[in-house]
Amino acid sequence: MADTQPVSRPLSPHLQIYRRTMTMMMSIAHRISGAALYIGTLILAWWLLSVAAGPNAYSLFESFISWWVGKLLLFVFTWALMHHMLGGIRHFIWDMGKGFSLGFANFMAWMTLVGGFVLTIFVWWIGYSMMGAM
Amino acid sequence: MSDMRTPYSRVHGLGSARSGSGHFILQRVTAVENVFLAIFLIASVVALTGSDYETVRAYLANPLVVILMLALIISGILHMRAGMQVIIEDYVTGESAKFLSLIGNTFFSFLVGLACVFAALKIGFGA
Repeated sequence: MADTQPVSRPLSPHLQIYRRTMTMMMSIAHRISGAALYIGTLILAWWLLSVAAGPNAYSLFESFISWWVGKLLLFVFTWALMHHMLGGIRHFIWDMGKGFSLGFANFMAWMTLVGGFVLTIFVWWIGYSMMGAM
Repeated sequence: MSDMRTPYSRVHGLGSARSGSGHFILQRVTAVENVFLAIFLIASVVALTGSDYETVRAYLANPLVVILMLALIISGILHMRAGMQVIIEDYVTGESAKFLSLIGNTFFSFLVGLACVFAALKIGFGA
């Protein structure tokens, strides 16, 4: 197993040498929000399993999700979902071969950032105002 | 066995794994589905905010809701597995660490997915 030793080659310049741009930051945020949703599926699984298991299991889930830590996690999950969805729509536009001009790409990046927060707050606002309506 | 060739020269010209387009298409198709299904999930959770157990259970037992929930789970799990695969391939450099991470990704995705599918079906069939 005397394999060839990897030759130590210089690495290409990385993150630290580039000027921060909006499209770069939103690309990173897309990945981070995606990874957050990956972990967040555990909340969805817990919710469904607790409903399937019965009232006792559900009240445990309910007490967790109405605790401030649970609420915070659910809020972050909502934001990640909204941000990732808008980022995905941005990618559809690019996949269609459109929206590559610098100005429009930056505009979409800003809309992803702002829209993610606006939609999150909007969803929570509706949630609170519909409390117990069903 | 000693091999004078560099790792690059050993794989040069062998071509790709021929699975890139399939991965890309799976990622995009599930993404389109997820836009609609995520809106369904959010609308459901918002509508159920503050509801008691019986109401939540009755809502989730509706056949249409069960079907949409199953679609969301399957589409979501395939999408997140494909996405995490790319993240692992980008950042995990050691061969064995990469291999284990990729297997772990598949295990985690399918376990969470199957748990959700089981729960959604159990609620749906009223067992």
